[in-house]
Amino acid sequence: MNNILMKIQNPLFHITKRASIVWWKAWIIRILAVVAALLVSGIVTLALTGLNPLKVYSTMIEGALGTSRRMWMLLQNMAILLCVALAITPAFKMKFWNLGAEGQVLIGGLATEVCMIFLGPNLPTGLLLLVMVIASVAAGAIWAFIPAFFKARWNTNESLFTLMMNYVAMQIVSFFTLLWSVPKGSGTPRMLEFGQLPVIGGQKYLLNVLIVAVLTIGMFIYLKYSKHGYEISVVGESENTAKYIGINVKKVIMRTMLLSGAICGIAGLLLVAGTDHSLKSDTAGGRGFTAIMVSWLAKFDPIFMVLTSFLIVFMEKGASKISEVYRLNASFSDILTGIIIFFIIGCEFFINYTIKFHSKSEEVRK
Amino acid sequence: MKKIITLILAVAMVLSFAACGNNTTVSEGNLKVGFIFLHDENSTYDKNFMDSAKAAQEKLGLTDDQVIFKTNIPEGNECYEAAADLVDQGCTIIFADSFGHEPYMLKAAKEFPNVQFCHSTGTTAHTEKLPNFHNAFASIYEGRFLAGIAAGLKLNEMIEAGKFTADEAKIGYVGAYTYAEVISGYTSFFLGARSVCPTATMEVQFTGSWYDEALEKEAATKLISNGCKLISQHADSMGAPTACENAGIPNVSYNGSTEKACPNTFIVSSRIDWTPYYEFAINAVKDGTEIPADWCKGLEEGSVVLTAVNEKAAAKGTQEAIDKAAAELKAGTLHVFDTATFTVGGAALDSYIADVDTDAAYTPDTEVIKDGYFHESEMRSAPYFDLKIDGITLLNEMM
Repeated sequence: MNNILMKIQNPLFHITKRASIVWWKAWIIRILAVVAALLVSGIVTLALTGLNPLKVYSTMIEGALGTSRRMWMLLQNMAILLCVALAITPAFKMKFWNLGAEGQVLIGGLATEVCMIFLGPNLPTGLLLLVMVIASVAAGAIWAFIPAFFKARWNTNESLFTLMMNYVAMQIVSFFTLLWSVPKGSGTPRMLEFGQLPVIGGQKYLLNVLIVAVLTIGMFIYLKYSKHGYEISVVGESENTAKYIGINVKKVIMRTMLLSGAICGIAGLLLVAGTDHSLKSDTAGGRGFTAIMVSWLAKFDPIFMVLTSFLIVFMEKGASKISEVYRLNASFSDILTGIIIFFIIGCEFFINYTIKFHSKSEEVRK
Repeated sequence: MKKIITLILAVAMVLSFAACGNNTTVSEGNLKVGFIFLHDENSTYDKNFMDSAKAAQEKLGLTDDQVIFKTNIPEGNECYEAAADLVDQGCTIIFADSFGHEPYMLKAAKEFPNVQFCHSTGTTAHTEKLPNFHNAFASIYEGRFLAGIAAGLKLNEMIEAGKFTADEAKIGYVGAYTYAEVISGYTSFFLGARSVCPTATMEVQFTGSWYDEALEKEAATKLISNGCKLISQHADSMGAPTACENAGIPNVSYNGSTEKACPNTFIVSSRIDWTPYYEFAINAVKDGTEIPADWCKGLEEGSVVLTAVNEKAAAKGTQEAIDKAAAELKAGTLHVFDTATFTVGGAALDSYIADVDTDAAYTPDTEVIKDGYFHESEMRSAPYFDLKIDGITLLNEMM
């Protein structure tokens, strides 16, 4: 018989999932991604504005960290964003897509505001603060519990449900903002004098930062070392496995969402009583959604979330400094932020997968 | 390493600025001015302020390093932080453009007594009595009145052309909130229209937002289907003008000309020009003179301006009529809120106690009718006319 030579066309490369990756390799990939992001943003900067990219980057650093006030502001913003990210993490870890953090924060804030307006003049400060904490935590928890209950009971879609609850919360807050606005009818929220969180150590935001630091450590321990944390992981991996080993899935869903909403309520408290001393429908400022990025980028690890929330807030502060110094429209700094975050998210692909290149074709003897 | 050096340098720079800040005298060279804007130039409201700030900068010959713009600053703690950051950068005068910035500007004013804080559209400077916190507005009701005359003349022209009868001359108005600034605006506009078209009536639809393009468009469309023959608005998007252009209904605009987008229906627009105030306040800091708690100027000083009349849409003789009334307003022989020209609940007014001093209980506190007219923007710069006069129907109330 003649030997037949056959040519088999192979694809140029193929992608396989990595079984594991050494930690330092992962970090080299991440650092390369940042370098690549800076290079691309540099080219875009030069092409669009003609500005020196290095100057633009140093402006960003200066805008985020340039003065002690800016550093405190950065810490404060980080604290709030991290707080919301901590809140959604247990829910996301059990694959319950809580997209309703924005609304849960607002409702927590509204509960705080109600206490500050109506109980403020009548209660001693210590008691008032205690009532505010209880009210905001309870309000956030209830707001999150509603979709969880429907999910557990009737298997409703939690993404849609929690998302809708945001709009309900926003409308409720808008209604009360207008009702209580000063001057009358202006739609401008009233300033809340009573029940502002105390200033400690002469630093306005220190208390907020400390509270969130404690929450971060608490959440880390809760997820990693507690029985609840274990149950959340199992439910997230496979509901059937969870059922098989005797975990009450419905109970875990409802319990976890109560926790998620409660922490969102605390974020509302920190925003209303700790920094703004007023409440509007945009007080949460989209953090309910940005927090998802913070949490996911950190792979739901609360300690890593400190880093990712720093990254996001740093970019935000730096970007607004760029538009201030160069009088550029905010869209330009959004482009830069977009490029950098794209690379950082994109590099996770190369950490999880490996690409194998082939020679164009190989000869196979049959 | 480089980053650390940058950081250290930045901190050193700020500290040296802070050191400079203690010297109260401001010379031409180290004068720094800060501006805080709610949005950026994509909002017609903020664009109007930003254009004025740039004009003032040019007139005063200040460099870009001396004038710092902070855009997209929300009405919250961020506003206070933005103001404090501007102080850190060496600004000795700081302006903010949005109503909701006021409490945060006030907070900053209390903390930095050596810096002047000027807040446009606010209401509390005259009661707070801080030497470095000031409010400003313009007597925009005069501009609205003149724009109203253009509207009334257009109605007359359409009546004469036989398009509808005199008693069908209904105006539609899209308002943001049922708030004094808006009420004062649509009432002066209506009084202007009625001064030339006596049978005119008006319907007002509120949106409950200062900026919501879809809602404003929807409100205008609703008014048009209600039989309104002409539309005007006090809200900051292109919603209402666009609805008018689509329906072929004449529109009297606000904040600036919308002629480009609405060439067939745009008649005229009134707006506040903030340049005179910015110039005045910056010069005051330069010269070390005092800035009043409330500053409110009008047509005479160029704080209230009307755009060019669009001849294609306006009635004949509009410009002449506007010029004539403007001269009378300037001379003080004509008053917008002349009590002889309107009634409330069927009766003419000879006394009204308005809520001029802002408080959470909305207590009326000041007599504002004297010498036969309502004294708008005289007791404080921001409008406080909140009467519901006969001839205007509110379709909904945002309160």
